[in-house]
Amino acid sequence: MPLTRAQQLELYRRMQRIRRFEEAILGTELGGHLSIGQEAAIVGACIALRDDDYITGTHRSHGHPIGKGADLKPLMAELYGKATGICKGRGGSMHLADRRVGIIGESAIVGGGIPLATGAGLSIQVRGTDQVSLCFFGDGASNQGTFGESLNLAAIWKLPVIFFCENNGYAISTSVAKSHGQPDIAKRADGYGIPGVIVDGQVAEAVYEVTAKAVERARKGRGPTLIEAKTYRFDEHCRNLGVPIPYRTDKEVESYKSERDPIVLYRAVLQGQGVAEEAIAAVEQEVAAEVAEAVEFGQKSPFPEFADVYENMFSNPIHYPPKLKVSRPS
Amino acid sequence: MTEERRELTYLNAIVEAQREEMLRDDRVILIGENIDIYGCAALFDSFDERRLRNVPISENSFTGMGIGAALTGLRPIVDLTIASFVYLASDQIINQAAKLRYMTGGQLSVPIVFRTCTYYNVGNAAQHADRPYPFFMNVPGLKILAPSTPADMKGLMKSAIRDDDPVLVFEDINLWPKKELVPTDVDYLVPIGEADIKREGRDVTIVAIAGCVPKALAAAETLAKDGISAEVIDLRTIVPLDKDTLLQSVAKTGRLVIVDNSHRTASVASEIAAVVSEEGFDSLRKPIQRVTTPEVHIPYSSALEKPLYPSKERIAMVAKSIL
Repeated sequence: MPLTRAQQLELYRRMQRIRRFEEAILGTELGGHLSIGQEAAIVGACIALRDDDYITGTHRSHGHPIGKGADLKPLMAELYGKATGICKGRGGSMHLADRRVGIIGESAIVGGGIPLATGAGLSIQVRGTDQVSLCFFGDGASNQGTFGESLNLAAIWKLPVIFFCENNGYAISTSVAKSHGQPDIAKRADGYGIPGVIVDGQVAEAVYEVTAKAVERARKGRGPTLIEAKTYRFDEHCRNLGVPIPYRTDKEVESYKSERDPIVLYRAVLQGQGVAEEAIAAVEQEVAAEVAEAVEFGQKSPFPEFADVYENMFSNPIHYPPKLKVSRPS
Repeated sequence: MTEERRELTYLNAIVEAQREEMLRDDRVILIGENIDIYGCAALFDSFDERRLRNVPISENSFTGMGIGAALTGLRPIVDLTIASFVYLASDQIINQAAKLRYMTGGQLSVPIVFRTCTYYNVGNAAQHADRPYPFFMNVPGLKILAPSTPADMKGLMKSAIRDDDPVLVFEDINLWPKKELVPTDVDYLVPIGEADIKREGRDVTIVAIAGCVPKALAAAETLAKDGISAEVIDLRTIVPLDKDTLLQSVAKTGRLVIVDNSHRTASVASEIAAVVSEEGFDSLRKPIQRVTTPEVHIPYSSALEKPLYPSKERIAMVAKSIL
């Protein structure tokens, strides 16, 4: 189903939000793993989902809640470790989970989110709704046991799960070429009896189309799909990471930045389809203002109180927090 | 009020607890390997494969799958069978189940039960015989149970299934055939976090866990013949610890023996000893004693295996040593 003009602009808006949100981080002391360069893969997938569909993310996950439509302010406040953060300052950059947009966890244990998304698929099937669950993970995670185990579990029961691999070419410094028996992760789907699809992860609507097809299949009870979006991260593995031994050439990075920037590519698509420059520029200005507001909100918000450090350990606390009898004074 | 009861084995108490809770609440499902043969075959009379999920041998992922289902509206029970296999699932239990609520600032909750059986003293050697309670005690965010009687098992398992947090329930293979009359009331619950005084006494407190409880009671019987009155506390819940019951008993007896079938270093017994030293030192008339399994892998031969675990004789001997 082709995107409407409004959906196209929403797709562009969310890609812009990720880019500007992360560019704002570049100018601060904040750390984190940035998705710049991967926006089309993220938002192209998310735009194919409904608000009540579930997703799981990764350590590189600022983009996933933003792609699913989350409000930027609590996300930015979380990066600043503030009480107003989406996780009240308990999660931080690698865990910007926003339950309101269907996120059920962002695992900083590589591959850790794959079983969770599979479990959401099981829950959907047992409860008998027509939701789907989409699992973001990277090329590195595809070498974890949870990848193969979870694909198999989802395949057995035809669970409504979309396994979405953002293959950005490198697990930190280890390339796909050096860590995979063959370069196409999607081909592994065949081993589990499910469809595997490769898509150009820099082309937003191509990602949307393959994801929409997988979502439709899942909603109809036909089971999971493995999608591999070939993409590229423009920044280092994480902020402020010194890289003593280069693992990719400057030429390679520069060629992606200059020729394969997903936002530049999608802007050109919109222009080519006759979207007025003013409409595109308006989105960009609105996003810039939204991000500036989020940064201000993050900076000005209060830190959490240390007295509340035990909060939310349990839904049903029993003898908790522990009452420590103060040691006898000497 | 007379409470209706019927005789159940410890093993059937586990099955009945699950059946009752599955009948009571549609959100409860069971996930595990070969559940159609081991332990839960009887549940297939009441439920079908929609809620009884026999899984391939993928411990970490089917555990994570249970957690994902718990995050999205179900209340799964994950049967990890033998406790030595829980290590394979420990990443999902520790890094996801225990932490997700806290890490998301309370946005998520993880109502899940992990069942597992300590499979020791039955000649299966070191890769089946672990009693790994202490591993998980060191993970905040989990509740850990180890009941010793059929009634406690049924009541605690039901409390675990109704609890909104991840609960790890250790079963004990040595208790499987043990029978007693168990309340039939579907709302019969044993509260998490409460130890039970199984025998009252004045001279020495013996705290025991799971399969060690019958041995501690037998030791108390032996001691009684020598005129020694031992109080036997069944811990039932390992985390959160019922410190009040322990400290009150020690305040009365002044002596403490802790019987724990896990390996000695950093054991449940070690933790209880530390707590009582810190908070009940003034009550103690003699040093706290631990009766545990020594630091050696569990050997196959029964000639080597059986003497390693706490026995009635060892418990009685240690208790006498501090009288």
